[in-house]
Amino acid sequence: MNPKYQTGGKESALELHRRDFLKFCGAVATALSLDITFVPKIAKALTSGDRPPVIWLHFSECTGCTEAILRSSAPWMDELLFDTISLDYHETLMAGAGHTVEKILTESALTHQGEFFCVVEGAIPTADNGIYGMIGSRTMLSIAEEILPLAKAIISIGSCASFGGLAAAAPNPTGAKGVIDALPDLQVPVINLAGCPPNPVNFMAVLVNYLLQGALPELDNYSRPEFAYKDTIHSICPYRKEKKLCQKQEGCKGQWTRHNCPNIKFNQGTSFPMQVGHPCIGCSEPNFWDTMTPFYKTS
Amino acid sequence: MAERIVIDPVTRIEGHLKIEVEISNGVVTDAWSSGTLFRGIETILEGRKPDEAWLLAQRLCGVCTYIQGATSIRSVEDAMQLAIPDNGRIVRNLMAGSLFIHDHPVHFYHLSALDWIDIISALSANVGTTADLASQISPGAPAIDFTEVQATLQNFVDSGKLGPFAGGYWGHPAYTLSPEENLLFAAHYLYALRQQVKAGQLQAIFGGKNPHPQNLRVGGVTCQEELTTARIGEFRSLLNEMRDFIDQVYLPDVVHLAQAYPGWAQLGGFRNYMSYGEFPLSSSDPTELFLPCGVIMDKNLDAVDDVLLAQISEHVQHSWYQGSTARYPQEGETLPNFTGYDTANRYSWLKAPRYNGEPMEVGPLARVLISYGLGQNRIVPAVDSFLGQAGLTIDDMHSTLGRSGARAIETQVVADAMVDWLDQLIPGATARVAAEIIASGTGIGLNEAPRGALGHWIRINNAKIEHYQMVVPSTWNLGPRCAAGYRGPVEEALIGTPVANPEQPVEILRIVHSYDPCLACAVHITDNDQESHYTVKVI
Repeated sequence: MNPKYQTGGKESALELHRRDFLKFCGAVATALSLDITFVPKIAKALTSGDRPPVIWLHFSECTGCTEAILRSSAPWMDELLFDTISLDYHETLMAGAGHTVEKILTESALTHQGEFFCVVEGAIPTADNGIYGMIGSRTMLSIAEEILPLAKAIISIGSCASFGGLAAAAPNPTGAKGVIDALPDLQVPVINLAGCPPNPVNFMAVLVNYLLQGALPELDNYSRPEFAYKDTIHSICPYRKEKKLCQKQEGCKGQWTRHNCPNIKFNQGTSFPMQVGHPCIGCSEPNFWDTMTPFYKTS
Repeated sequence: MAERIVIDPVTRIEGHLKIEVEISNGVVTDAWSSGTLFRGIETILEGRKPDEAWLLAQRLCGVCTYIQGATSIRSVEDAMQLAIPDNGRIVRNLMAGSLFIHDHPVHFYHLSALDWIDIISALSANVGTTADLASQISPGAPAIDFTEVQATLQNFVDSGKLGPFAGGYWGHPAYTLSPEENLLFAAHYLYALRQQVKAGQLQAIFGGKNPHPQNLRVGGVTCQEELTTARIGEFRSLLNEMRDFIDQVYLPDVVHLAQAYPGWAQLGGFRNYMSYGEFPLSSSDPTELFLPCGVIMDKNLDAVDDVLLAQISEHVQHSWYQGSTARYPQEGETLPNFTGYDTANRYSWLKAPRYNGEPMEVGPLARVLISYGLGQNRIVPAVDSFLGQAGLTIDDMHSTLGRSGARAIETQVVADAMVDWLDQLIPGATARVAAEIIASGTGIGLNEAPRGALGHWIRINNAKIEHYQMVVPSTWNLGPRCAAGYRGPVEEALIGTPVANPEQPVEILRIVHSYDPCLACAVHITDNDQESHYTVKVI
């Protein structure tokens, strides 16, 4: 080993990863308000099982939500792929391209009709018959209209798929809409995992909840899972008491934003915006780019 | 007899890309690169507060997260002629550096490796031989249980549910690695998939979260209270773990692939390069950059020129915008106009940036070659070492292999430099100066994102954004033809590529992926009119 710098302790790489995995399972349990006895059950549910099929669609997006999920350590991304789900379609990761994957999309959706989870990342451009977003010479709108009704349930991951997000910010040049707005006649249940991007712990918690209980989570009036969006950020913020780091004077939107960021933090509990001295921008609320501005009260 | 093939969607990129090529006698004779998503971020930014723009601009891309936000902030600071304190400058360099050391290995393993390694072949590898190979290629890497990896892959394949590996071009003649090499790289693919989680943590220490950190403001960074000995120690520890990974796993793998696929030093190359330079080393002299700026024309490393921004123009002749006038970004004035996909006319949402009328490649290879030509004292030995190990010459760098090599080289060089920068942080010292945002003015923010040269041009009036234009790396690399009919870099780089089987275009994907396309960033418009109207003819 190169002596110019220290590396970790005596634990093997595998042991370190297992420790991170269980810690993350703990975070998932916390998010779902399950007690510590659930941690091994969560671990087991995530790493063994039938691997329900998942089709992941990318529309008018920045891929930040995919990247957010990649930061998960319970399960690790490789465990998610090998043990938890069957990720049949995901353009960022798939080996094949072009006609090959177009075929996979259609075949998987038809073969697993009524059984697959559809994760949607990004808004759907609807202006001018949807020509602002095309894949394989088809509009994203038409792909959504074909695939989404075939799903068992839809997870709109991120604020763009939930409510339109950045592309839908005024003046919304492409008529971008979230899934529920773009497909108003959709009969399939939609879970809005809002946030820009959302915390992967919450995404995994939705999966875990389904694998453990066979059920979709209770949703609020914005179709967001109650367990992650029931509290305002302000009501659970550690800096309500510790005034030095409180960002209220800077324009913090924590009083009007529901999300569990201060409880579970980001990146294996590393930090969250107020901890690094920046106010909350309300990124889990509908149309926050337009409703929460100005983001700063001072210069 | 010429045939056309279309790859749409191109996978293992960021965003939405369509590639069309013409093949004659098994070789690519022409190519067209098309961005197929348009969001209109520049229009969305108009009328908003300049100091908030970075929050929106950051969402141009969640892969190269942070960097678009940083460029936006710089454009405003430039308009204000505002210098930021050392702690702020250093934290920003560490944030950008964290992005590089996350992004580049993920690109190698998860976005491009499947073009070179055959996962199915790994199933027939001899595990003992694989372990021997690992001890030769990456002796310093943590031990891997190849039996377990192979069993995991076997179970996965046996399940019949191959997930992202379904539809791969396994068995294609272009895959020439041995089963043992394939198993080793497959194991590293999985290892790297976990390691990148650590790189995300790294950026979150001072950034609050990753993706989309939240610690920037005009004047510096907001995380002053986190610049403690403890947090700096955490950062150093994770950084060193990433350096271990880069030195012992990532870079040796890139070297090995270069040795194993020597023919790809003659394929996928371009000739012109540009970099704005990055990682400012001084708060008083903005020209002092760790990676220097420069322009190379026609592969001439001996004549690296300065970058003159006035030479930049964006063409729309073959893009879905009204008109055909090429404009300097600060005067960019276009309206989207979708006329249908026509390779003989307009065929992309991307504009075609040109420098002095020439298409330019930007990104790791541009930065590394410009640094090499200018004698940057960390890049030169790193490049020479790579060339020596890989058995390549500097001329071979103008290629698919060169691009991949440059990406790994700069990851190592930047990661090592981050140790020095970290040591310069002063706990307790100011990380931000608060200043009233100007009511009117113009500014330019320049940056080097992992994928290349990035610029935001801003015009502020009545304390609001009046005009905003972004010219981003993938527009340079993956843009279409210009008014003069010159192909963009990827279109040019594809010419001469052998294609063994048009149904399985691995060779084309190798070159396209070597540019690390990021299309979400690359597509944009500006719209000065209050009332915009869209003329659409849907085919």
